[in-house]
Amino acid sequence: MIIALILLGALGIIFGVFLAVASKVFYVWEDPKISEVREELAGANCGACGFAGCDAAAVAIASRRAEPDICVAGGQEVAEAVAAVMGLAVGVKEPILAESFCYGGLRARERYRYTGIMDCRAAYQLFHGEKDCEIGCLGFGTCVRSCPFDAITMGKEGFPLFNPEKCRGCGNCEEACPKGIISVISSSTKILRFNQEEDCLAPCRQACPAQIDIPRYIEYIKDGRYEDAIKTLKERNPFILSCGRVCPQPCEDICRRAIKDEPLAINQLKRFVADYEMNTGHHVPVTVAPDTGHKIAVIGGGPAGLSCAYFLRRLGHSVTIFEQNPKLGGMLYYGIPEYRLPKKILDWEIQGILGIGIEAKTEVEFGKDIDLESLIADGYEAVFISVGAWNNTTLRLEGEDTIEGVIGGIEFLGRQGLGLPNPVGERVGVIGGGNTAIDSARTALRLGAKEVTIIYRRTRLEMPANYEEIKAAEAEGINFLFLASPNRLISDENGKLTHLEYLKMELGEPDESGRRRPIPIEGSETILPLDNLIVAIGQYSDFSFIESDEGFKDVALTRYNTIDGDENTGQSNIPYIFVGGDALTGPGLAVEAIGSGRQAARAIHLYVTGQEVTAPPNRLRGFIEGTIFDMPYVVDILERTEPHKRVRHHELEVSERIDSMVEVDQTISEEEAREEASRCLKCGLTCFGTIVYGVEREAKEKRVA
Amino acid sequence: MEYFALIISAIFVKNILLAQYLGNCPFLGVSRKMDTAIGMGMAVIFVMTLATIITWSLQRYFLEPLNLVYLQTIIFILVIAALVQFVEMFIKKSSHDLYQALGIYLPLITTNCAILGVAIICAREGHTFPQMLVFAVASAVGYSLALILFAGLRERFEISRIPKALSGTAIGLVTAGLMSLAFFSFFGMVA
Repeated sequence: MIIALILLGALGIIFGVFLAVASKVFYVWEDPKISEVREELAGANCGACGFAGCDAAAVAIASRRAEPDICVAGGQEVAEAVAAVMGLAVGVKEPILAESFCYGGLRARERYRYTGIMDCRAAYQLFHGEKDCEIGCLGFGTCVRSCPFDAITMGKEGFPLFNPEKCRGCGNCEEACPKGIISVISSSTKILRFNQEEDCLAPCRQACPAQIDIPRYIEYIKDGRYEDAIKTLKERNPFILSCGRVCPQPCEDICRRAIKDEPLAINQLKRFVADYEMNTGHHVPVTVAPDTGHKIAVIGGGPAGLSCAYFLRRLGHSVTIFEQNPKLGGMLYYGIPEYRLPKKILDWEIQGILGIGIEAKTEVEFGKDIDLESLIADGYEAVFISVGAWNNTTLRLEGEDTIEGVIGGIEFLGRQGLGLPNPVGERVGVIGGGNTAIDSARTALRLGAKEVTIIYRRTRLEMPANYEEIKAAEAEGINFLFLASPNRLISDENGKLTHLEYLKMELGEPDESGRRRPIPIEGSETILPLDNLIVAIGQYSDFSFIESDEGFKDVALTRYNTIDGDENTGQSNIPYIFVGGDALTGPGLAVEAIGSGRQAARAIHLYVTGQEVTAPPNRLRGFIEGTIFDMPYVVDILERTEPHKRVRHHELEVSERIDSMVEVDQTISEEEAREEASRCLKCGLTCFGTIVYGVEREAKEKRVA
Repeated sequence: MEYFALIISAIFVKNILLAQYLGNCPFLGVSRKMDTAIGMGMAVIFVMTLATIITWSLQRYFLEPLNLVYLQTIIFILVIAALVQFVEMFIKKSSHDLYQALGIYLPLITTNCAILGVAIICAREGHTFPQMLVFAVASAVGYSLALILFAGLRERFEISRIPKALSGTAIGLVTAGLMSLAFFSFFGMVA
């Protein structure tokens, strides 16, 4: 007994001493901050920070291997508390939120009856799920269960809804989704992303040159979440007020709703939310990434330049815009007449763009006041050229430059924008079939012309101008002279225009643009009496500054008189010079220039952050095969959808509008907008492409309910 | 052949977890994820081998000669606890990676009855040194095998419809019971 006691006591002492010595010998110093940081962290052990649990993260933070704001579960307060422990300040972090691209849910047909485990991952094992749609949501809610923060709920329509208030961006749902339709991304990542071939893109999203997520913002409008709609729009297009007014809406041409009745009035919806923002008097705040310290110069403050500056700023770079004219906005300001896009509205929009921290210097001429060398000396790391296409293509007729009363369309509209006197006579002719021609004609009418004639060498069908604009011009009493090509300018002894001689044309075989080529009819010369002639047959860029500038003269041009920039990045042959808008593509739409600005913003971001400037991966060009349906083939598939006519926007009466520059088109009301938004079918890639509704669907609806 | 029978017996027939019900706490605690189950399994193999070597030596050269076998249990507990604490300190100092992989499970093993159980079985059966070594390693492998199999099953709970009343530990214990029944089918395979 005594031996046992002594033995145990001795063993206890031996082990105690041994462990005490060992703990001294093998002591690893641990920063007391580790436990303090550990206290502050969220404790979710979610692993989203990239470390194996909160303890490991605390060690990493305390040893400064990780930033104090790595805890995604904790959010801003935790980041601040941790930073306080570490004695650091933390900036406002860009939120990283989860979202899903599938709006389809129950809509896709079932290929077989699935009765297995009610989990997407399990269902996916069997032929990638029972849905006919290879890419869409299976709707078993695996993501809902995977979310540690209860941010995901399963919506009525069978796809998950994400609550941005609760989402911490931990990425559990992204990992859980076998279809890969959920992504956890920041707005910077979204800005840098371009449509990819494998994306689920509704036809409208494929058609939009700015790649706006159209179904998403329409959904927001339907729900009355106008701020979210505005934010969605501005991830792709900062000019929502302007585009809502002037965009020729390529998205609507291809809208799948037209299968049932009429395409959605997508642009009217955009205009509605844009006006909603303006009427509140406050610009909806957008996310701006923390400052990176990189400086970028933008030459030309038109839609491309402003869009590029806007997205670069949102990526955290500092941008300065240099503009030659007194006003920013480029062609939107100087090329689009007041009655289509009031200057006050454009100014308000540009104020909002500059308001996120962009510097703009107007009345600075490149090549005169600044040059490439001075920009580099001022610390700019990259230059974006978006000088537009401001020179009129001429008719190449004798006397075009000298005869009084002949003016280019861009110049004519530009004088209007600058507020210069723009006298017109009683009879005005406009040559051309594009929007510039229509704008010039309608402006001339408002300036007091009695008889305005648009002279176009093909027919109405081939006119590139917006259909709505042609109709409005007709309503205002503008004459159209089709199949006529100017042949000779006739002036009086004072050198003033009196007549235009034109040749009648007929249409021949289609040319490379797919339009039928006009062929002059021999001996068909006809004389039209005119006081003024506005020539609006095309535009090109003025690159005289390239030849005169020492740093620029090596920049390569194409034979179409544009800068030879990469079509996917806008990078020129000089790595730090990027180009976009009309200077890259030749004359195009405002919305194309905006898309081109974002494309260059991405490339410049890659360039200044030291990454390789490459084309966006798997970039979608044209349309995804099999997603643009042949209308007669699918005519009955929307049988369950009630026909509902498209909303009509209101116009001012012709008598009220032709004497002044007041805006002609009116914005639709909130009620109309929400009704129109509910017409959206929320298409995915192939939704409605097959016989959709049937017994399976009803069964599934019951099961989910 | 003798060693082969010993290995089969230790891994399957007399599986320390499912046939002898030792070490159930970490069995339920760390089997939620495959990664942690594997880590724990490795840590058990390491500690069980080391601890059995030490306790076997103590038994053979200290307790038996001094007729102190009645102190076996309390001394084994003391020795194993001290040993695991020491090992934890040692690898924390010497190898950060090893600590990350095994160290975090060591506190779970300190007072694990499976370790003590194997040490006592070895002493009771009167194994020779090689027998003891083979038996300790095989028992630890059996433990890891059960743990990993169980983790594989538990990972599937995530995607299964489980009645609310049974979810969590309850379904874990039910499953463990069924696994144990399955392992009983090895009974009688090796004498």
